[in-house]
Order: sequence, then C-alpha cells, then structure tokens
Amino acid sequence: MTELLTIDGLTKAYPGVVANDDVSFAIGEGEIHALLGENGAGKSTLVKMIYGLVKPDSGHMTLRGAPFEPAEPRAARAAGVAMVFQHFSLFDALNVAENIALGMENPPAQRQLAARIRDVSENYGLPLDPDRTVGDLSAGERQRVEIIRCLLQDPKLLIMDEPTSVLTPQEVEILFTTLRKLSAEGTAILYISHKLEEIRSLCDTATVLRLGKVVDSCNPREKSAAELAEMMVGTKLHVPNRERTEPGDVLLQVTALSLKSANPFGTTLKDISFTVRAGEILGIGGVAGNGQDELLAALSGEAPTPTGCVKLNGDGVGHLGPNPRRKIAILAAPEERLGHAAAPDMSLTENALLTAAIREGLVNRGFLKWPAARGFAERIIQAFDVRTPGPANAARSLSGGNLQKFVIGREVLQRPDVLVVNQPTWGVDASAAAAIRQALLDLAGNGTAVIVISQDLDELLEVSDNFAALNEGRLSTPRPARGLTMEEIGLMMGGAHDLEVAE
Amino acid sequence: MDLSAINPLVLMASIMVAATPILLAAIGELVVEKAGVLNLGVEGMMITGAICGFAIAVETGSPTIGFLAAMAGGAILSLVFGFLTQVLMSNQVATGLALTLFGLGLSALMGQSYVGVKPPATDKLDLGPLADIPVLGRVLFQHDLVVYLSLALVLVVWAVLKYSRAGLILRAVGENHDAAHALGYKVIRIRLMAIAFGGACAGLGGAYLSLVRVPQWTEGMTAGAGWIALAIVVFASWKPGRALLGAYLFGGVTVLQLNLQAAGVAVPVEYLSMSPYLITILVLVIMSADRSRAALNAPASLGRIFHASN
Amino acid sequence: MIRLEKRPTPSRFWMAATPLLAVALTMIAGGLLFAALGKDPFEAIRTIFWDPLFNEQFASYSRPQLLVKAGPLILIAIGLSLGFRAGIWNIGAEGQYIIGALCGAGVGLAFYPAEAWYIFPLMVIAGALGGWAWAMIPALLKTHFRTNEILVSLLLVYVAEQLLASMALGAMRNPEGGGFPGSRNLQQYPAASNPELIAGTGMHWGVVAAFIAVIFAYILLNRHMLGFQIRLTGESPRAARFAGVNPTALTLFCMGTSGALAGLAGLFEVSGPAGQISIDFNQNYGFTAIIVAFLGRLHPIGILLAGLLMALTYIGGELAQFMLGLPAAAIQAFQGMLLFFLLGVDVLTNFRIRFGRSEVA
Repeated sequence: MTELLTIDGLTKAYPGVVANDDVSFAIGEGEIHALLGENGAGKSTLVKMIYGLVKPDSGHMTLRGAPFEPAEPRAARAAGVAMVFQHFSLFDALNVAENIALGMENPPAQRQLAARIRDVSENYGLPLDPDRTVGDLSAGERQRVEIIRCLLQDPKLLIMDEPTSVLTPQEVEILFTTLRKLSAEGTAILYISHKLEEIRSLCDTATVLRLGKVVDSCNPREKSAAELAEMMVGTKLHVPNRERTEPGDVLLQVTALSLKSANPFGTTLKDISFTVRAGEILGIGGVAGNGQDELLAALSGEAPTPTGCVKLNGDGVGHLGPNPRRKIAILAAPEERLGHAAAPDMSLTENALLTAAIREGLVNRGFLKWPAARGFAERIIQAFDVRTPGPANAARSLSGGNLQKFVIGREVLQRPDVLVVNQPTWGVDASAAAAIRQALLDLAGNGTAVIVISQDLDELLEVSDNFAALNEGRLSTPRPARGLTMEEIGLMMGGAHDLEVAE
Repeated sequence: MDLSAINPLVLMASIMVAATPILLAAIGELVVEKAGVLNLGVEGMMITGAICGFAIAVETGSPTIGFLAAMAGGAILSLVFGFLTQVLMSNQVATGLALTLFGLGLSALMGQSYVGVKPPATDKLDLGPLADIPVLGRVLFQHDLVVYLSLALVLVVWAVLKYSRAGLILRAVGENHDAAHALGYKVIRIRLMAIAFGGACAGLGGAYLSLVRVPQWTEGMTAGAGWIALAIVVFASWKPGRALLGAYLFGGVTVLQLNLQAAGVAVPVEYLSMSPYLITILVLVIMSADRSRAALNAPASLGRIFHASN
Repeated sequence: MIRLEKRPTPSRFWMAATPLLAVALTMIAGGLLFAALGKDPFEAIRTIFWDPLFNEQFASYSRPQLLVKAGPLILIAIGLSLGFRAGIWNIGAEGQYIIGALCGAGVGLAFYPAEAWYIFPLMVIAGALGGWAWAMIPALLKTHFRTNEILVSLLLVYVAEQLLASMALGAMRNPEGGGFPGSRNLQQYPAASNPELIAGTGMHWGVVAAFIAVIFAYILLNRHMLGFQIRLTGESPRAARFAGVNPTALTLFCMGTSGALAGLAGLFEVSGPAGQISIDFNQNYGFTAIIVAFLGRLHPIGILLAGLLMALTYIGGELAQFMLGLPAAAIQAFQGMLLFFLLGVDVLTNFRIRFGRSEVA
C-alpha cells in the first residue's frame, strides 16, 4: 500500500498541557486507519492540525510525497482532505444545500448543487432532501449532510470524528458499508473513536494515542477489545460491580407525559410512560436529539407538566418546579456541564449552592451560609476525587471529567430518592467514567431509583436493570437489560430510520 | 384647526424624505445583525455622521463630499465598536451604549461652530419626464439621489443576502460562528466588514438628516432615530423588504404628526411628538408576541462573543 | 503576533485594576483631545480632577457639589447594576428619573401651600412608585410578549421627555410664574423640600438614600439568595432555571428596583438641588449612571467610588468650561471615552495576552 499522508514528529503545546508530543504515523491510500484514544489524549488537536485549523509547533506532514502544511481548512480541502465533525459545523437555520455549499470551495449554482446532492446521496445510500432546513433534521440525517458535503469534493482522505455516537446500531452498520465502499474506491479514512468493537470490525490499522503520545500501533482485528482498552488507558480498567438487589416499591411513575419543547428545533415528548422502583436503574438509550433534554427537563421540574403525569410514591408532583422537587428528593444532573448543570465563571462553592441550597441547609431565611456551602463543596471534591486546587476555583477551570464528577457528586451526596442523569460520562476520561458509573450503582444499591439517559449503549447495558429507548420523542416499553441483543436495542431506537444499505 | 392646509401630495413626498435616514440606518444594522453582531450604537454613529457630513459639506460647499465624509465618519466610529467587541471581546450591549454616549458627546464637540449655519443645498435628481407625471411625479420622482440610493440599497442587500455566496457566508457567520470558523471562514474579519458597512449606512442616514431633512445642525438632532432604526430591524424580522416597509410606516407617522401639529389639531404638541415612539413600541410588542416568527428569524449567534478556542 | 488566551479563572487583580487603568488611559486620551482643542492638556486635567477638591479658590463651592452630583448617579447606577448583572438591560433610567420627579413633585404641588410632616414622605413614595411604574412597562412587555427591554425602555425616555415638557408648560406650571415655563420652586415650600442636611457638605436625603442603597445592594449580592440568583442568571440563564430561578419574577424585580431607585433620584433632585420641574430638568444622569455602573464593575462599592469620580468630572468640567473655555461637550465625549477604555481593558480580566506565534490559522 502506498502512503498517502505521513505525519512526522508533530508537536503542539498549550499552556499547561502538551496536546501532541512528537506524533508520527502514516496513512496509506484507501486505508481505514483508526486513531484510538481516550478523551483528552490529543486526538482532536491532531486532526485539527491535519485539517488546517491549528498550526503545529514543530514537525511536518507530507501528502502523496509533497510537503503538506495547510494554513487554513480551505487549503486542506483543496489538497483533498475532508472532515466530518462531531460538533459545530452545521447551520440550523440554513437548508441542506446551503450548508453543503458552505463547505465547498467553488460550489455550483443551487439547482445543480441540489441535483448533485441527490446523485451522491443515492449512490451511497444516504437519502437527503437538499431543500430541508437542517435544524429540523435528526442527528443521523445531520451527519449525512456532513458526509455528503465531504464526498462532493472527491476527498483522498476523509477524517471522521466519533461518527457513530449519533447513530443507532443499524445506522452504524450502514455507515460502515458506505465507508468500506469508499475505501474500496481508494479513499483513505482516518477514523477517530474510543469505541473498540467498532474499530475492530472496521479498521485496517490503529494508532493509539495516550496523553498526546503515540503509544502503540497495531492491526485491531488481531487484538481483543480488552487489549485495545489497556493500550488506550495504560492500566487495567476498573469494571464497575454491584450487588444485584431485589428492587423495592415503585418510587417514580410517569404516565402519558406529553410535552412541547421550549426550543424551536427541539423534540416534542409524546405519551411517555414508565415506572422506576427503589434500587432500580432504568437506562434510557437513543440517539441525541430524540427528546433526552426535554425528558430531563420534565423530570427535574424545569419544564412543569400536568400534576398527575409525574408521581412520586403515588403523589402527583408534575406541577412542581426544580426546588420543590429537590425538597422531596427528586434530583437531576443535566447533560450540558458548562452552562446548565454548572455556571462556568462561578466558583465551585457557588456551584455547590446552585442545587444544594435546600437539602444541605445552605440558606437561612434567604441569607446564604457561605462556610457551609464551602464545606459542602469540599465534601464533594473529597468524596469524588475532583482534581482542583480548591473550591474557590471557577467551574470552567476544571477538565470535563473532573467537572462531571463534581456535578454528579453534588447530587449523589444529597441522598436522592430519585436521581435522573443525562449523558453522565459524555466526553469524560475512562477512569472518571468508571468512578461515575460506580457511584450510580452504589446509589441504587442503597435504594435510590436511578434513571440514566445516555447515548452510550455499552454504558447502559453495564449499569441498567431495565432498558428503554427514546425515538422522536416516544419511549419504547422498558425491558430487562440482561439478555438484550444489539439488534433488539437498535430496533427499539428506531432501527435504521429511512436508510438503505449502499450497494 | 385647519386640516385642509395639509396637501396630501406634499405629505406623501415628505414621507420618503422622513423615512430615508431611518431606512439607511436600519438596512445597515440589519446586515450587522445578520452577521451575528448587535450594535446598539446606531444613534451615536448617526449623529456623528450628521455632523461629519454637515461640517464637510459646509467647508467644501459640496453635499456629495459631505455624504461621503459622513459615511467615513460613521464607519470609523463603528470600527471602534468592532475592535472592542470583536478583538477585545467586550460585551456588545455595553459597548454599543458606550458608542452612543461617546458619539453624542463627540458630535456636540465637533459641531460647536456649526450651530445656526446653513448647509449647501442638495440637488434634486433630474429625472426629466418622470418628474412631470401628474401626482406620481411629485410624490416619487422629485427627490435627491440619496433617497433613490437608499431604495437601491434595500434591493442590493436583499439580493446579496438571498442569492450570493458572500451573503450566504455572512448569514452562516451570524447563525453559528463556531461552525463557520471550523469550516475556515474568518469570522472576525467578516464581522468587522459588516460593522463598517453598518457604520457607513448609519453615518449616511445621519448626514441626510442634517443636510436635507432638517437641514441644519443642532446637538442631539437625531432624537432617537438610531433607536427607532434598531426597532425597525426587529420589526422587519431581519428581512430587508420589511425594513423598507417599517421605515416608511415610521416616516408616515412622523410626517403626519408634524402636519397635524402645523394644522393646529386640538391635541397638545407634546402628545403628538411622542406618538412615533409609542407607535414604535406598539409595533415591537406585536412583532415579538408572535413566538415562532421572532425565534426563527433572529440570527442564532446574535450578540454572542466569539473566541477562536482550540 | 499578539494573541489572547482565556484564563481558567477570572483574574481578581485585573478585576480591581482595570477601572484604574481605564481612568489613566482616558486621562491620556482626554489630554490629547484637549490639546487638539488648543488647551494645555495638563492644566485641563488638573482643572477637572484636582482643582474642584483642592484649589482653595473653588473647593469651598465645589466640594459640596460632589455629593450633590454623585448622589443621583450612585442611586441610579446601583439599581441598574442589579439588572445588568442578571442580563436585564434597563437603559431607560433617564425616563424613570423624569417620571419619578414628575410624580413626586406632583404630590408636593397638590398639597401646596399646606404644611404637614407627611407631605415629603408621601412625595418620596410617589417618586419611587412613578419610576417603578415607568420601568414596569418594558418589564411586563418583556415577560409577557418577550419584547426587547433595551429598545422599549430607551424609547420611553423620549416619551417621558415629552411628558415633562407638557407638564412644565401646562399642568404643573407655576400660576404665579408670569407665564414662564416651570413649576413652583419646591425649595421655597418647606414641607415639600429636600434641604441640605449638613451645611456645606451637599448632603441631602438623596445622598443618604444612595448610601443606604449601596449597603443594601452589597448585602443582597453577597449574602442573600436573591442576589445569588441575580448573578447566576447573568452568568448562565439555563443554569439559573435549573437552580429554580423564576426568570419572570427576577426580571420584574430587577427592572422595578432600578426604576424605583431612578424615580427616587428624580424626586430628590426636583425637590432639592433643581427645585422645580422645568423643560430641561433632566441632565442625562440616567445615561451617565450607565457609565458609573460599568466603571464600578457592577459592584456596589465600586459604584460608590465611580459615582464620586464621575461627579468630579461633571464639576471639573464646569470649572474647565469657566476657567479654560473648554466646551461642555468635551466632558461628555470624555465620559464616553472612559467607558470605551474600561470595556476595552476589561479583556485582561478574562484573558492573558501572549506574544508569540499565532496558533489558530
């Protein structure tokens, strides 16, 4: 196989952290090359350098033998490098064709472009209507927009950053078929992921990054998932354990919950019903944007519902706001750490006060008890091993994993009867994720009813007693998690929606 | 009271004159907001344009050079705002207010020796036979170049935003600056250009007030026109054609109340004078009460600070 | 190449130092401006910032003026700062100030010439209520129709100015004034006047109210749940909703409080230093208070100091006008410049300046 892109000694440092340290490897023509690493291992900095968004401090790259130093994404695209982003690259209010035109150098007129979009999308089994507004599309469809935007430029190298996090298992299979087809046609793919099974089934080569350095390179098909995990993390991972206890009485009961989203591009919840018992963990899967935020808001009290829709111990509580619900021990931890679960510029003490004022007695007739708040923040930091110089530091100064431990710890330490968490380990390093899962299991072990909303199916199967999936605002009937196959889960998540397999 | 003193033809012709400064400022601000920037300093840029244009026109004897100077003055002042908000990442609301306060002071300072001076007259455009058409000629075709320029500008802005690549990029930057950056567009540079365009338009609008509409220089003569232009952008749901409608509606209210004052209607002058502001508020309320429309048309990144993080 | 790098935690040092740096930069730029106007910059700066306090010839007149001017500025700015902290932009304090003065003076004039102890307290209540009600218009339109409070509150200033003109020329005109516009002089009506409390200090009830407002605001923001909710809403509205803050109630509270304080400032001014309702009774205090609020970093103590400084530029500006022929507008431009510099150097609080290669292409 001839080499398409060689990377030689790339180094990039940010204040306090070396994101990439002397990284070298090569990608062959038509190769599917995995870039494997934990959150924070330096994967995204590396691809940003390849895509011209970030300039390396030292080192160089060659593309088909010629020096390759893209000063901006435009140059990278001109050289034949295209990228499908995980976030931040679509414009909700614009239509599909406009979004695609923005990612091209010399887009044809709208009408011709629309025709080409239809061509390519049919050819690769990714149906897409060029006139639809992107804000109204599902997560999977949005990804199709990005992929087609890349394919229209006939890239030599396609970079995909965590592409499957927004897909159902069936959609993942279809995506892989498309990628294999592209590879067979000679397009190289740099596939970034931390999902080991996917990499084993799809990729020819894997380069493993840890703390900014290349630590290993292998053929992933010859390694077990456990071996790959060990390369990625560097140590043996702690597998969460729990004592399976008999579930108790029904604590939380949701009946026929329907709710319109406050966000114009949000999802409307439709007729959702489920129960959670004391000591039970209910896992709710589904692709992002299918009503997860709205469901959390309905359970946390941010979006009030009719009284009878949400019942605690048989009493209607749907009309209560967030603080009255905290009073009766229904607690929640939203997905967005910065700006929803925590205020970025406020100190950890202030962020502890944010949800714990009532249950921890941090206010007295409206007046704040700062020493008590500081004490509670310190307790969270201690109990959940949050790495920070102290509670006076701003929330935004913490790494994703540490802040997430703080946010989850803040609720867990308040002894909830019902705890709802949304994407508890999203963007969190493996050891923090393991600690968070263990905390949720321990909580359930002590009789709390826990609802875990997550896109990470492995996580859900690991911690849940029962499993249900959200699809376009509807919730499937919960089923025991043990023994569920990926196939069944995929169907609960809505299957492949309207996709067809590429020929 | 003598309502017969109101000549409907003169009234309609003067609506165009009254609407032009606000239309210019509004169409400029519309472009700025489409790029995701909220510049509340329209009033300050207008009044600065008013004095720059007035002073230069008086000194050179040429209103045309005056109008150009007003555009330059407005653009330069707007770039102060641009530098602070785009490069130094200051709060856009506060900086816009600062721009207005500073512009009012600066213009008063610059205009000290121009109080009571008469500016050179701005020529009407000679449209030949069109001007002689009965009724329509008087209303539509006996104006100066700036009136037609403002109308042309609405058309151009509409076409550019809707059909051109530059317009698409501008909208993209206003919709999601992080995504635009990730695709390699120069968010800050594009926004600075939009801000300067908005400043030039506001400056031109201000000069139209001081050179044609009034025409003389007095301190604080814009009297809220800049704020009304901002309100018209909201009223227009960020659509150029509707900004035209809004500006002409407002011009109509202004001219009508002035004529009623002149005709001696039995309503105190002060209540007539406040009517344009009250009607603007009323229109704002009606527009914003419509949830779906207001939320869908506002540029999603409007007023948010952009920092190219890594 | 210079670039900016976000600090993990805002710098406490720069938070305190930026206003001082901004004042210093404004003095330099102001000096250049004055030089361009043909005045000696050093003399101009000294006349504005030093002479009102320490020049023996003027200080006896100027020093009391400091509190007279600072009182309304601080009172209004404290109210505005609560809303600004929460991301609620009441910029129509000038209008609320006028309406407060009109309501308060109206009550006083209605009692004329009765003498009773309760007249002045009633005026105070009327002034506060007037400002509160005027601010409730944009507040209720915002909470019920989501109308932009910036535009509505500002447009209402022009409406209030017209009302003021109408009152000064009509309903409130002094019947014994020989047809001149303007109301009776409240200073000559003891039951309704707001006199200097301690001779030679400029201290009147409005200044007392301003000091009380500073103390209450400090306690509210630092010790009380409501103050925490205000700050939280400004930092992150979504986190505030998650924390159980009711945005409607908070908007009404912040707008109402700032309106009431601006109305009080107007009442104290009309019954004290100004003495009467006249067409040009308002002196842009409502707008200058916006500068005071930002210069004081939206912090009560900072606002106290910023109010005094801004009052000094008013008095010094008048002095420079009188002594050096410096135009009054120059001071207005100078104040605007101060706000520009403050907003510009504020970047240092949240960002570090690095010299070196650009990292982002």
